Amino acid sequence: MIKFDCPFCGKRDESEFRCGGQAHIVRPGPHNEVSDSTWSEYLFMRDNPKGWHRERWLHLQGCRQWFNVVRHTVTHEVRAVYGMTAALPPIESEARSG
Amino acid sequence: MKQPFRLPHGGRIDRNRPLQFTFDGVQYTGYAGDTLASALLANGVRVTGRSFKYHRPRGLFGASFEEPNTLVQLETGALTEPNLKATQIDLKDGMNARAVNCWPSARFDLMGVFRWFKPFMPSGFYYKTFIWPSWRVFEGFIRAAAGLGKSPVEADPDRYDKRNTSASVVVVGGGPHGLKAAINAAESGHDVLLLDDQRELGGSLLHGAEGTNAGGTDELGQLTQQLRCLPNIRALTRSTVFGYYDDNHLVAVQMLSGPGPRQRLWHIRAEEVVLATGAIERPIVFPNNDRPGVMLASAALRYVRAYGVAPGRKVVIATNNDSAYDAAITLLQAGIEVLAILDARPTSDFSAMGKLRDAGVRLEGGVAPTNSSGSPALTRVEWHRIDGSGKAQPGTGEWLPCDCLLVSGGWNPSVHLFSQSGGSLRFDGELQGFVPARSVQRERSVGAANGSFDQTLNVQPLWSVDVTALNRTPRYSWVDLASDVTEGDLQLAIQEGFSSVEHLKRYTTTGMMTDQGKTSNVNAIGVLSGILGRPQSEVGTTKFRPPFNPVTFGAVVGQQLGPYYHPLRLLPTNDQQQALKAAMEDYGGWSRPAYVPLKGESERDAIVREVNALRTGVGIIDYSPLGKILVQGPDAETLVQRMYVNSMKTLKPGFCRYGVMIGEDGIVFDDGVLTRWDQTTFQVGTTSGQAERVTEWLEEWLQCEWMDLDVIVEPITTQWSVTMVAGPNARRLLERLGLDIDLSSAAFPHMTARSGLMGDMPVRIMRVSFTGELSYEVSVPWSCGAAFWDRLLSLGADLGVTPFGLESLMVMRIEKGFLHVGTDTDGSTMPQDIGFAEIMAKKADDFVGRRSTMTPEGRRRDRRQLVGLAPVDGTTVLPIGGHIVDQKFRAPPHKTQGYVTSSVWSPTLGRAVAMGLVEAGRERLGETINVYSVDHERPVAARIVEMTAFDPKGERLHA
Repeated sequence: MIKFDCPFCGKRDESEFRCGGQAHIVRPGPHNEVSDSTWSEYLFMRDNPKGWHRERWLHLQGCRQWFNVVRHTVTHEVRAVYGMTAALPPIESEARSG
Repeated sequence: MKQPFRLPHGGRIDRNRPLQFTFDGVQYTGYAGDTLASALLANGVRVTGRSFKYHRPRGLFGASFEEPNTLVQLETGALTEPNLKATQIDLKDGMNARAVNCWPSARFDLMGVFRWFKPFMPSGFYYKTFIWPSWRVFEGFIRAAAGLGKSPVEADPDRYDKRNTSASVVVVGGGPHGLKAAINAAESGHDVLLLDDQRELGGSLLHGAEGTNAGGTDELGQLTQQLRCLPNIRALTRSTVFGYYDDNHLVAVQMLSGPGPRQRLWHIRAEEVVLATGAIERPIVFPNNDRPGVMLASAALRYVRAYGVAPGRKVVIATNNDSAYDAAITLLQAGIEVLAILDARPTSDFSAMGKLRDAGVRLEGGVAPTNSSGSPALTRVEWHRIDGSGKAQPGTGEWLPCDCLLVSGGWNPSVHLFSQSGGSLRFDGELQGFVPARSVQRERSVGAANGSFDQTLNVQPLWSVDVTALNRTPRYSWVDLASDVTEGDLQLAIQEGFSSVEHLKRYTTTGMMTDQGKTSNVNAIGVLSGILGRPQSEVGTTKFRPPFNPVTFGAVVGQQLGPYYHPLRLLPTNDQQQALKAAMEDYGGWSRPAYVPLKGESERDAIVREVNALRTGVGIIDYSPLGKILVQGPDAETLVQRMYVNSMKTLKPGFCRYGVMIGEDGIVFDDGVLTRWDQTTFQVGTTSGQAERVTEWLEEWLQCEWMDLDVIVEPITTQWSVTMVAGPNARRLLERLGLDIDLSSAAFPHMTARSGLMGDMPVRIMRVSFTGELSYEVSVPWSCGAAFWDRLLSLGADLGVTPFGLESLMVMRIEKGFLHVGTDTDGSTMPQDIGFAEIMAKKADDFVGRRSTMTPEGRRRDRRQLVGLAPVDGTTVLPIGGHIVDQKFRAPPHKTQGYVTSSVWSPTLGRAVAMGLVEAGRERLGETINVYSVDHERPVAARIVEMTAFDPKGERLHA
């Protein structure tokens, strides 16, 4: 079980968290102008990298706060933890692992 | 009883404490400090088990977790535990064990006839039965013969415990290197946890060859002295680390004795881990190497040194490395006759060679064992000269009489935990084994676990003795004793194309038993590598997975049993419900009354009585689990407007509105009543099982999407106890409470909410109805819920106030055609399918999931819509889940057009009523369809009708 560094509570076991999947997905709108294909892209299509991944997590059994992390999907290494409105931290090896 | 193989002295046993025990029905005596295995060996029990497939007689081969042969069923009845290795069972007085997989005993096994079937059971036999001639031919036979021990059928009376702990340094293994690592870490100020699977710390200092580790037991004395002086070391013995997970999370099981729990499961977090797990000796593979009396040299040493037991009287040793010579010296010192050492290496420059020769040990170089004989146990060993590639040379054979053959084919570092941690292995040419290469976690391996031995081993690889030149078959050269796999089986599997190491494992079952190939895997890889002509480093190993050693389910479960498995939440009136003898059931994690029977009343009668009481008088139910979420702030209105399918910004303070929430995919996921207390305060009502989920849902949107909204979301379900008071007399009952609220219909109409006081207790009342009757949901502070319930019962005694249960409530809501999300909706139901099409059309604003309802899928004409269903005969209760099919009866298969979602006998109407999801159902009102179900011989004819069967105008709830 990996540990996450919750920005509000510190290092806690993974079982206290819930993964919300890929972060920074923009919700298209307004609803009556969005095409079917744009909408289904937004609903269903996700990156599935072997490498660094920006994703959002919820500290469900703790402060109930959402936050973003940059996690390596193979090693589980967490490169950055940042708030929902914070600027995107760079991923150094993005080009290499992408 | 005498113990013929017990040495006159030695061993860490207490000879003053004899213990009686029974194995396969025969009584024996051992000593305190013995394992079941050492006591059996001391008593000269040579056949201790039968092999998995062919029921060949087998004896003790190892002395610890590597033992492949001696699996026992310990004790009987509720206490029984199957498939334990005798080498890991501490002997107790009165212990009763049986060998598994044989009948009546290991010595006289009638299932031994399987031996003669060996030629008909090739590798992959099990899979081949699927193909030819038919699985059915073999099924009965395989099912009857398969498996080892018997699972207990009674509940385990023992208790098991769990603990969490952490340490800055965790050392796994209490041998010399583990002890030193622990002491070093502790001396530099670290908080250290040391774990070892044995009763005593010391590892190879206690049971290895004497003289190889500087000082032996003297060194152990010194180390334990140092250990005792360091308060920052915690040492756990009899504790096996069996799992190594991410972020240095280790899991161990500790054997306990005395009163209290039997075992304890430890979850351990470490900043750094030191793996000092030692090494496991490899066997030598040759024909009939599985005969009782053939044993690992290291195991024999352990029996001599730790238990004072001789593995045999006339011992021959076969080896390909130097470690067996140390073993020979230790055996000689213990007074055991060593006849010969058969060394695969042509020459050996072992230092004590002269000493051995003086003791009369015959030393042969460039030879290997090629056969064994004796029934049931070993009496002779044959050897031949071998060439450099391990090929036995014809005409060089000789038989040696002996009762014990010790084998040493080299050493495998115990890399299981290292590999579980994610670390990668490399094949070490000098050691001829796999050693840790690259760590992934903060961890290091030390000592033999890292491939560093105190002496040089000078190993010459010998994965199997090649007997083809002798015109013999490898079909009886056992590679895996536990899974009964021979070199011949491996050859056949590789020939059939299973040449990846993972495929070979699954096809032949090599390395798959309770020992997980501890003595067999590396030899199997060696054989595979030889046949493929590729080096071991390329062939690789199979994946190492937890557990390192089998763990009993009890330890994993701990105390999460019975009521603690899934603790139910209790109503504020739980005591009252119990006193009423209400039938309590689990509804979404809450213990709630299903119905409240009078003495001797059946479920059906109770429900009919409760429904009638509500339709004619007044009833009450503790409705506290109903989800309640406070949504408050300047932007509260914006949030609820975006979350509900229907428009909520038009809701005025003091009013309630039924609403539906859908996911972003358009699928209905909750419904409930929204109440607006004031301009900036809403109370979201959810179904009781979804209260947490909806809170999370609102939070996710607020925190991740609409960060600009100024709103707080607070779950308040368990702040307010709710009592539903329903029935024509509901108002009369509430009027007696002395509330400061005008309850008249004009002042307090249906779908409104009021707050006030009862004395000095705050009260909130919503006039909403799930029964179709005049109905109030009265909230009082949670702690006042029980007293409020009692007060209602006493004030309403003359009105016949009736406590009722959820099943009665369900009957009434089906009579009224009120849907229940999750029952009347499924994973494809959109709001337009449950009558919300017009409501959505009227709303201009976007809301969560709106765009999904507008997709081609959402606009399909034949979507399943919720409708009422009435059986044509009026009396047949339609089967829930029954499929809607054409009216014309045909033999199945039929294309389903939907199914019945809710169905009951209506006591109010005196007929059966139902609801269902039916293709284009709203357009088909009045049509007759058939309901098909396996419960009914013939389909039941039913008409598609409006959902509301009772009081369609809703006059009663507006009363």
